Amino acid sequence: MATFKYHLLICGGTGCKASDSDGIITSLNKEIKEKGLENDVKVVTTGCFGFCEKGPIVKVLPDNTFYTQVTPGDAAEIIQEHIIKGRKVERLLYTDPETENHIADSKHMGFYQKQIRIALRNCGFIDPENLDEAISRDAYMALGKALTEMTPQEVIDEIKKSGLRGRGGGGFPTGLKWEFASKNEADQKYVVCNADEGDPGAFMDRSILEGDPHTVLEAMAICGYTMGADKGLIYIRAEYPLAIKRLKIAIDQAREYGLLGKNILGTDFNFDIELRYGAGAFVCGEETALIHSMEGERGEPTFKPPFPAESGYNGKPTNVNNVETFASVPVILLKGADWFSSIGTEKSKGTKVFALAGKINNVGLIEVPMGTTLREVIFEIGGGIKDGKKFKAVQTGGPSGGCLTEKHLDTPIDFDNLIAEGSMMGSGGMIVMDEDDCMVSVAKFYLDFTVEESCGKCTPCRIGNKRLYEILDKITKGEGTMEDLDNLKNLSNVIKDTALCGLGQTSPNPVLSTLDNFWDEYVAHVTDKKCPAGACTDLMNYNIIEENCVGCTACARACPVNCITGERKMPHHIDQAACIKCGTCMEKCKFNAIELI
Amino acid sequence: MSSVKVKLKKTDIDKLAEVCKSFNNEPGELINVLHKAQEIFGYLPSEVQEVIAHELKVPVAKVYGVVTFYSFFTMTPKGKFPISICTGTACYVRGAEKVLDEFKKELNIQVGDTTADGKFSLSCLRCVGACGLAPVVLIGEKTYGRVAPDDVKQIIKEYMDQ
Ligand SMILES: Cc1cc2nc3c(=O)[nH]c(=O)nc-3n(C[C@H](O)[C@H](O)[C@H](O)COP(=O)(O)O)c2cc1C
Ligand code: SF4
Ligand code: SF4
Ligand code: SF4
Ligand code: FES
Repeated sequence: MATFKYHLLICGGTGCKASDSDGIITSLNKEIKEKGLENDVKVVTTGCFGFCEKGPIVKVLPDNTFYTQVTPGDAAEIIQEHIIKGRKVERLLYTDPETENHIADSKHMGFYQKQIRIALRNCGFIDPENLDEAISRDAYMALGKALTEMTPQEVIDEIKKSGLRGRGGGGFPTGLKWEFASKNEADQKYVVCNADEGDPGAFMDRSILEGDPHTVLEAMAICGYTMGADKGLIYIRAEYPLAIKRLKIAIDQAREYGLLGKNILGTDFNFDIELRYGAGAFVCGEETALIHSMEGERGEPTFKPPFPAESGYNGKPTNVNNVETFASVPVILLKGADWFSSIGTEKSKGTKVFALAGKINNVGLIEVPMGTTLREVIFEIGGGIKDGKKFKAVQTGGPSGGCLTEKHLDTPIDFDNLIAEGSMMGSGGMIVMDEDDCMVSVAKFYLDFTVEESCGKCTPCRIGNKRLYEILDKITKGEGTMEDLDNLKNLSNVIKDTALCGLGQTSPNPVLSTLDNFWDEYVAHVTDKKCPAGACTDLMNYNIIEENCVGCTACARACPVNCITGERKMPHHIDQAACIKCGTCMEKCKFNAIELI
Repeated sequence: MSSVKVKLKKTDIDKLAEVCKSFNNEPGELINVLHKAQEIFGYLPSEVQEVIAHELKVPVAKVYGVVTFYSFFTMTPKGKFPISICTGTACYVRGAEKVLDEFKKELNIQVGDTTADGKFSLSCLRCVGACGLAPVVLIGEKTYGRVAPDDVKQIIKEYMDQ
């Protein structure tokens, strides 16, 4: 990167591409050419910067200026003002919502101040399609160190000592897992990277793969070295075309440089990696289901033991790790286990990446030390709740997790604390909800997901979750009884205790945690037939506000069941008993005279 | 899942055999073969499944079992402009359901259906990774962000005359 005076880094992740970051790149390059600056300025497409809410983002190096919500039309001004005249384009800078000051350097933004980037260390800094850039930031150094200076057992010991735990949700100690796999003798072993990322609303793993694919390839090779495997497989969702493309490029480049393939770095270690595609089934994120899917079968889980470390892909010892787990490995070997374990809490070391989304000001991808509180994440990094509304709940752990509330905000985030509070870490989805979100509907949303995604192999999950969904549906329609609430609780516990795999064992969590934390809201639906959040339309009525109604008759003419009456130029009236709540009248009224209460 | 009866041309059958061969007619590669076949035909009618079963020497029931297990595989042809609404959690809490309802109403079809003129089909997917733009709608390769129910008419109109 030495010869250019300026580098313009532009996010080429899925989110910013959707807002035409490609168009910005084209315009910038055109301007650079027109002004004859080709030798001074280089445009680099990178992975995600994390601050998706304000995307597309253009970052100027070396001065670290951070331009937000850039459009192709802004390219000329950035080149003319910033590059040629050396003046920052004020209107594109981030505005601090509290002080209303412009902040140019991302290091001073609240969004970044509390973050420590380990797994995401290269995302947004390098062109993921260029191996040289990755190497300039130490890619494959850890592999070199492992192969030439360390025995497999020494690598395992270092990972064990670091305290790294699996980031795919389970939190199993990674070093220990590697040790099991290394102890099982076989003629063939496999390293598998779980990139199925099934949690709806989470995009951590995809961002790592899109922004820094080499770190995952490197870590898989290191893992192969420790357990004596020469073959790696990445199981990735077919819905992630950009990540797939970048992985393919990365694998080709690594082979070309002799970093994958035979006799890596001149040693006698061989390792190569292939891709395997998922096909849209959440349960395939579970490791035994994933292995069956890679074998070309229906992705149904099987009972453990045997664990994959004994009998996995094609019946051979297989080690499965999550993308983010792998992404943390190379840094641990380079900076040492002691450095890694100095970050985090007693039992959860290092950092965790979260996809922060929902009703929050700063939607994006963040990485924080374990032990950061939910309050810090939501209000300092996340910038608080959108539109000045009131915080209601935060959902972690996706369909396996639970909703936490105000009283949990000061809980330091780690594997064990979240479980103790009735939720779980999961893979890193974090959805923030405000006063307008109905918690019964949220539980129903997750159960709808589980019912659809249950593989159907065992009864508690296949039938039990369906019943849970039906009861929740009844409640949101105002037909629930207090007995239904008891049934919800009992049935949930039965499913948890008897389901075969992790999907069924955790699927009632959204129900149980909302029952625990929002009992009054359930009761309001059942006994008062009211939805306090105003979200369940079946429990709402359309009402004409007399003062606003001018008697234009538009609503009455549109109502499909003719239940609106009134004289011309006189206030109209809705017959509630006949109304089917289609909402047409509200759409037709031009005088804001119809409300939903 | 309903299926459309089609008659495969000889060239199509050869193409499928070619795909299977490129994976060494290995039954373990079934999912990869299906991905390729769906890329070629756009969907996987039962006739295509029969050819694949024959080539890989596995029962048709097994192929059907796999096709129906995975939501990515479909047995009905998609519209010229496939519309996918993200119903991941981030989009859900920012109102994806209302957007979906609006599409259903405007196109007068249900999720999984294609309009009679073959122009639009409607499906849901879970998180496209652009949660910052929630709620998100995909039409073909194009992404629409921060979609409000009121925008739906205009979006459909863009494709009406194409
Ligand atoms: C229903 C279900 C879905 C899962 N989905 C994922 C997933 O999308 N990604 C993932 O890495 N792990 C997922 N897991 C966890 C895996 O089974 C496995 O524990 C993990 O990949 C191990 O890697 P780690 O130790 O590095 O976390 C899922 C588990 C269950 C029960
Ligand atoms: S718990 Fe659900 S997903 Fe898991 S094996 Fe049983 S039916 Fe399948
Ligand atoms: S909601 Fe529909 S049925 Fe009810 S009054 Fe309005 S138009 Fe008529
Ligand atoms: S459309 Fe609105 S203003 Fe007109 S009659 Fe109905 S409620 Fe009154
Ligand atoms: S939930 Fe819709 S893009 Fe992530």
